[in-house]
Amino acid sequence: MSDLMVRGGRVVDASGERVADVRVRDGIVVEVGENLEGGDSPELDASGCVVAPGLVDLHVHLREPGDEEAETIDTGARAAALGGFTAVVAMPNTQPPLDDAAVVAAVLARGATTTCDVVSSGCITKGRDGRELAPMGEMHALGVRIFTDDGNCVGDAGVMRRALEYARSLPGAVVAQHAEDPGLARGGHMHEGAWSSRLGIPGRPAAAEDVVVARDVELAGLTGARVHFLHVSSARAVELVRDAKARGLPVSAEAAPHHFTLTDAACSTFDPVFKVHPPLRTDHDVEAIKAGLADGTIDAIATDHAPHTPEAKERPFEEAPPGMLGLETALALALTELVEPGLLTLADALAALSWRPAQIAGIADRHGGPVAPGRPANLCVIDPAVTWEVDAGRLASRARNTPFAGRKLTGRVRHTLLRGEPVVVDGEARR
Amino acid sequence: MKHLLSVDDLGRDGLEEMLALAETFVEVTRRDIPKVPALRGKTVLSLFYEDSTRTRLSFETAAKRLSADTMTFTVGSSSVKKGESLRDTVQTIEAMGVDAMVVRHSSAGAPHRVASWTEASVVNAGDGRHEHPTQALLDLLTLRSHRGPSFGGLHVGIIGDVRHSRVAHSDVKAFAALGADVTLVGPPTLMPESLEGWPVRVAYDFDEVLPDLDVVYLLRIQFERQSEALFPSLREYTARYALTASRAKRLKADALVMAPGPINRGVEIAAEVADGPASVITEQVTNGVAVRMAVLWSLLGSGGSLV
Repeated sequence: MSDLMVRGGRVVDASGERVADVRVRDGIVVEVGENLEGGDSPELDASGCVVAPGLVDLHVHLREPGDEEAETIDTGARAAALGGFTAVVAMPNTQPPLDDAAVVAAVLARGATTTCDVVSSGCITKGRDGRELAPMGEMHALGVRIFTDDGNCVGDAGVMRRALEYARSLPGAVVAQHAEDPGLARGGHMHEGAWSSRLGIPGRPAAAEDVVVARDVELAGLTGARVHFLHVSSARAVELVRDAKARGLPVSAEAAPHHFTLTDAACSTFDPVFKVHPPLRTDHDVEAIKAGLADGTIDAIATDHAPHTPEAKERPFEEAPPGMLGLETALALALTELVEPGLLTLADALAALSWRPAQIAGIADRHGGPVAPGRPANLCVIDPAVTWEVDAGRLASRARNTPFAGRKLTGRVRHTLLRGEPVVVDGEARR
Repeated sequence: MKHLLSVDDLGRDGLEEMLALAETFVEVTRRDIPKVPALRGKTVLSLFYEDSTRTRLSFETAAKRLSADTMTFTVGSSSVKKGESLRDTVQTIEAMGVDAMVVRHSSAGAPHRVASWTEASVVNAGDGRHEHPTQALLDLLTLRSHRGPSFGGLHVGIIGDVRHSRVAHSDVKAFAALGADVTLVGPPTLMPESLEGWPVRVAYDFDEVLPDLDVVYLLRIQFERQSEALFPSLREYTARYALTASRAKRLKADALVMAPGPINRGVEIAAEVADGPASVITEQVTNGVAVRMAVLWSLLGSGGSLV
């Protein structure tokens, strides 16, 4: 019935790449091939563009419920669609937190009508306070697969062990750790090192991350449960994950764009737009994150999109909340900083942005491709050559806290299709 | 110079110019009527987010001796507790019309942020662990009055909680800029986590460096550091790092004892040493007013005659 043709692009997915048109009908890809016959159906021009499975972000803060001044599920989903994402995993540090099936159900209901699939995570512990297990089974029954106390680390090894053991009874469940030892990171606001000492800002040492990664690798071995490391940022943590994978342990990892593009030197302006947990680290760490992405040690690029109101960031560095926007710049940063210099192929970058995170999130049946007949038409069309400058004032997010304002980037999303609906056309959100 | 946020804003030449200017204000403060009309019509605001009676009084005294009008905004009597952002506060005050904001804040870099939001000149009166440039200036002025303008060959020991000390941070830069050798003395838990780029040596044994020091600069120890497991007890700290009477006897004959105050008598310094002949702690306070007059005049003065 309602046909739509994506015309003239280069299709890139896990199965390879080819020049092809893509015909979509009723939200499903029905035909992929060269010079498909047109007709009356509307067409989206993809000439010179890459047609890829929609991107999947394992790590976004949509702030609803509780902080709708910073972001809502609706505005966050619009930002996601503009960034090429067709699915995002909503983190549970809302007010109230996603530690209860009723709150999860409410988030899923709000997300169902937006311009991006909203996948809910669930807390590991009640109130994210690291003590008692949240009702993981009840949330799993609603489709939750990623369990995390993100923003907080599960600091108690015994609690983490029990969560991992329990998760083994929940098919597809992944326990995702914000790896920063609370004792070592306490009171810190930026990476601990030469810059923090120079600026007089209390630091969070890389060792805070490393000790938790090392510990949880061992707990993955002890329990056999799947562990995912959120926003890996230190060189040593990358090595630890690499070693764990070599041992055959069920671990995965993500890295955020700011951790492969920015360093702690950015904090010398004292502008809290550069404050994030885990913090921006050194050149050495940035290089290690890139190497980890290049060799597949780090499975996914995830934004850790963390909107904050201008008022919240108009506080002194040590008083401002951590976090930065990511959804509308992630793809372009990956293309500009990883693909253009030749560290990753375009297909590798898309793997880290789409099909590998789709696998981790347990949504590979509908996201992450391949672009093939019978698959849901969750697609993004990327113009890989266009250059643009990040303008914080023009972001679709309700918030403005991007650390990339003024940065010139290469590559941008042209169209995004969610279940066949063109939610972004020629770089403009349609609703 | 529009703002004074860090000792780095001055550099060696700037420090020396400011000290020369401060020396003329020392002369003013000794007059029967220690007041000049240099900043008449200017308004200086103290924006203090942290308790500090002496620094605030010192700045306000300096402003009044220059005939500026002064206003005070302290956190207890403000709308900050209602959640107003720093930027909103600054812009509200700016709308009333001020020429300089003297900012004290518990968070590093707060004065830098204030400077980005206001047309007024901003003076850092202490920000978190970061810097306290006017304290460094008054320390330099005090040392200069005893040892002359060149610090080459002088050995300055800064003893105690360097990690949490904005004074130490500014003093290291300032003393080193004028040619002194600086040694930081204290347990590793009270040293900065990284000293990369700091022009200093570090000693963990006070007794070893003590006889070589020309200046012993004692930082105040804050009692709550003990509960943060940074040292085992005040008794142990005092035994290892305090300037006791017996240690004072081993100092060079002409060594000077300095402290940023307030001091804990009997903790980092013995009472008889604080009041003894080597101590210049009271001079430091006097010089603080002259230095702050020099800073305010440099930032706000029209360049006309001082007196």
